[in-house]
Amino acid sequence: MNVRPQISDRDAEPIPNLFLPSVHPVEFFQRDRDIHPPAYAPGYKTSITRSPRKALLSLQNSLSEVTGPVFGHNHIGLLDNDLIRNYAKTGEPIGERIIVHGQVLDENGKAVPNTLVEFWQANAAGRYRHKNDTYLAPIDPNFGGCGRTLTDENGYYYFRTVKPGPYPWRNYVNSWRPAHIHFSVFGTGFAQRLITQMYFEGDPLIKVCPIVHTVPDETAIDRLVAPLDMNAAVPMDTLAYRFNIVLRGRRSTLFENRLEGN
Amino acid sequence: MPQALGYLKETASQTAGPYVHIGLIPHMAGFDIFQNNFDNVLAGASTKGERITIEGRVLDGIGTPVRDALLEIWQANADGRYNSPADTQKKALDPDFRGWGRTGAHFQTGLYTFDTIKPGPVPGRNTRTMAPHINVWIVSRGINIGLHTRLYFSDETEANAADPVLNLIEQEARRDTLIARRTMRDGKPVYLFDIVLQGDNETVFFDV
Repeated sequence: MNVRPQISDRDAEPIPNLFLPSVHPVEFFQRDRDIHPPAYAPGYKTSITRSPRKALLSLQNSLSEVTGPVFGHNHIGLLDNDLIRNYAKTGEPIGERIIVHGQVLDENGKAVPNTLVEFWQANAAGRYRHKNDTYLAPIDPNFGGCGRTLTDENGYYYFRTVKPGPYPWRNYVNSWRPAHIHFSVFGTGFAQRLITQMYFEGDPLIKVCPIVHTVPDETAIDRLVAPLDMNAAVPMDTLAYRFNIVLRGRRSTLFENRLEGN
Repeated sequence: MPQALGYLKETASQTAGPYVHIGLIPHMAGFDIFQNNFDNVLAGASTKGERITIEGRVLDGIGTPVRDALLEIWQANADGRYNSPADTQKKALDPDFRGWGRTGAHFQTGLYTFDTIKPGPVPGRNTRTMAPHINVWIVSRGINIGLHTRLYFSDETEANAADPVLNLIEQEARRDTLIARRTMRDGKPVYLFDIVLQGDNETVFFDV
């Protein structure tokens, strides 16, 4: 006998009928909190006072979460994805020249096209061009350290830069950040918004970094580490690293009467 | 042996760090690099709707302003439609309103501001109408995954009382943490909205 679950809470929302047209065309998968860092991660000391301690309010997606801003090529300058050239004043920046490339996908393995990807980093000496960065390493007059691009119709992005240097920071007395590039990605809905960091294959500082280890799942850490990609390198010019980014999946499956939802 | 599901795993979040401004709002970091810059002014010359300013601070568990926070807002236009392909409502788009903005807290005072318009009401789940609100997302050093919250308006008492999201908050006193207080300054409406990361008045954040 089939027993249908009874909704005992009179305030509970009725179960939406997936087969009716809906104003919520694309809902996102529930976020897997086990692969993201918890808010309170005391090994990373700044999180101690900046972490919400009350339970987050679980919210089913509405239009406010499934929609998000759209960016176009008119927002992007011609050199925005070339950090070797976009701030060069008197010559080329110092450092190991690299290409970073990859695909923005969702959890279904589906490409996320035409989405804004922004990135920023320290220079080859490990210093940011930021008025609050007072590390004693030099500022590179020819390096700004930021860029942005849109993924193409297949979700691909690439940019050119120099490899950032590691640098010390005030957490434990002797904490160092591994070389890393920060990424900011939008996706198609505000609920997909993500900021993360890419690390470089083989960097011994990855395993001692308190920020890396806010991520509790070792396999999730591995996915933040970009492998060297000799096939994408430009011989006698530029090395390459490949970094794929996976955003939240979209819940809808293909229904004949809801083709727009996929 | 069942088949494997074969979904990919989401890329883990990492803190935006103290120098998030470099990449996202480089003017604040102290330099100019992009032809187009994103900022905290959402309303253009011909945007429809009531012009408002939003002002506040992000406060940590000790009550200290988070002076390196970065905030983004996302909202519907004055008619209650989002400028996004996923909003298929039959309401007009406002050609002069994207509905998205970004800013950093001031490095000394911790104050942030947005110049925008008051959004219209938006349909919620199952045909319930949500009160006018603005979606807020916060990152900074020490925030390991961006925090989602909402700003509601203190002069929308009736709509707020019926709002399906505010009503999900079991502890009624905490609903106030999402309500921006309307004041007037130089004849213009200013909504004051402090966001408290931790402690007694902790803002309600969402797992969306």
